[in-house]
Amino acid sequence: MALLEVTGAEVRYGTVPALHDFTISVDKGEIVTLLGANGAGKTTTLRMISGLHHASRGTVRFDGADISRLAAHKTVELGISHVPEGRRIFPQMTVIENLEIGAYNNPHHQDAKIDHVFELFPIIKERRKQQGGNLSGGEQQMLAIGRALMAEPRLLLLDEPSMGLGPLFVQTIFEIIRTIRDQGVTVLLVEQNAAKALQLADRGYVLETGRIVLQDTAAVLLRDDRVRMAYLGEDIGS
Amino acid sequence: MHCPGFLANNNIWVSLVVGGLANGFLYALIALGYTLVYGVLKLINFAHSEVVMAGGFGGLFTMRALLGTSTPAGFWAIGFMLIGILAGALAGGATALVLERVAYRPLRKRNAPRLTYLISAIGASFFLYNIAGKEFGRYTEFIQAPAVVNGNAFTLCGVGVQSDWVLTMVVAVVLLVVLDAVVSRTKLGKGIRAVAQDAETASLMGVHIDRTIALTFVLGGLMGGVAGFLFGLQFGVIYTMGFVPGLKAFTAAVLGGIGNIRGAMIGGLLLGLFEAIPLRWMSAEWQDVVAFGVLVTLLLFRPTGILGERLGREA
Repeated sequence: MALLEVTGAEVRYGTVPALHDFTISVDKGEIVTLLGANGAGKTTTLRMISGLHHASRGTVRFDGADISRLAAHKTVELGISHVPEGRRIFPQMTVIENLEIGAYNNPHHQDAKIDHVFELFPIIKERRKQQGGNLSGGEQQMLAIGRALMAEPRLLLLDEPSMGLGPLFVQTIFEIIRTIRDQGVTVLLVEQNAAKALQLADRGYVLETGRIVLQDTAAVLLRDDRVRMAYLGEDIGS
Repeated sequence: MHCPGFLANNNIWVSLVVGGLANGFLYALIALGYTLVYGVLKLINFAHSEVVMAGGFGGLFTMRALLGTSTPAGFWAIGFMLIGILAGALAGGATALVLERVAYRPLRKRNAPRLTYLISAIGASFFLYNIAGKEFGRYTEFIQAPAVVNGNAFTLCGVGVQSDWVLTMVVAVVLLVVLDAVVSRTKLGKGIRAVAQDAETASLMGVHIDRTIALTFVLGGLMGGVAGFLFGLQFGVIYTMGFVPGLKAFTAAVLGGIGNIRGAMIGGLLLGLFEAIPLRWMSAEWQDVVAFGVLVTLLLFRPTGILGERLGREA
């Protein structure tokens, strides 16, 4: 059974529809990626799943339960952690405090969980006493993912984790995403870097102006002409 | 009590500084209410004056009901004062909670512009103090305090230190320390700071934004209410009593750096001293002129206040 099922969802900002007749599903243990141009509705999709926005039509089901009307602070308790676009580290809290607040309603074994995050991201361990706002972009992204893991999610929503990072950090982040999945966390990934995302993912969906226009395994999408032209920047005319 | 030599012949300084600090602690308690709410909502709760007033009436009525015309002494007197403080705190906290629910939350749910909050705040303030004036009378009433709070606690360098000053300072120091610990160490405190820095992300962490904001108002209200009771103990209780200390405490919060908890404490104490010290050279009608002159000058040099904004998002 699918861990996450979005069926016929519609999200509106005022009168403008941002998602329309939107259906996706993510199985337990998968990495699924959402591809699409800016403004296609990728971030809106993640915000709808985590409860920051509510669908005006359709349903969002998580592990069989309807979560369409739940607020964000409730969905995290069910096991959905959302790493928002731009990382959104609390700038005036230390690295440790940022991690602690990730476990706000789930503070059991807090020290063990912090140790686990530091194992995944040794760099931020060295920065543990520093204010979040003083970290580099890559360190902040690692902290944001670590903070999300503190809630012990079953589903991790990642919004543009590689945005603005140098190639070395991008590589590290993608390796960590694979590790996290191997440790049993299902991942829904929104990513500008379509080539990297498809290499990592099991399956992918392509969004255009709020609708799913294409869906398949990552391997098939990597070979698809439309995907290669629009999102992988390849010239296939020659 | 031992008196350092340089003060022995300067009794006036001792009384000005001690009295100034006592008032300063009151301003600090009230200022925290402004600064906490500003931190989470970027909003000046101008109805906070009425939270102070509610604390005064809460303490007045409770003490009156408990004591009647009797004046207990010793151990009992302290117990009754603690009950008065508690009553002030509860009245202040409850008023702040109602304000959040009625005057601010509906606007927040509708994404109202900032100006609307300001109007709502002023409206709530007028409503509350006028209804208090109508219901409780428009004259000053004095809290029937146990005898131990009247007169002087002890003599310092030949100057009598009023018992109510001592009470004010002790209570304020305890509350300020407790509040600082709550905000920096407890789960609620972490939630408050998270909402102040980035409310939406805080909700992704599991922080219940509405509840956290309501509790922030309550925290500020508890302290404002205690300040109202302590203020009423010295100067009496009347429906307009919140206005001047409220405005001064707001100024103190800005002086310390609005949104900054330790800044509010420092700002309150400094304002208390600024008000008191000029009395060394000039008559009382100059007091506020000089205090606020100093304040404006300080802000010209440090526009974000002494410690700057901290709890809140970058403005």
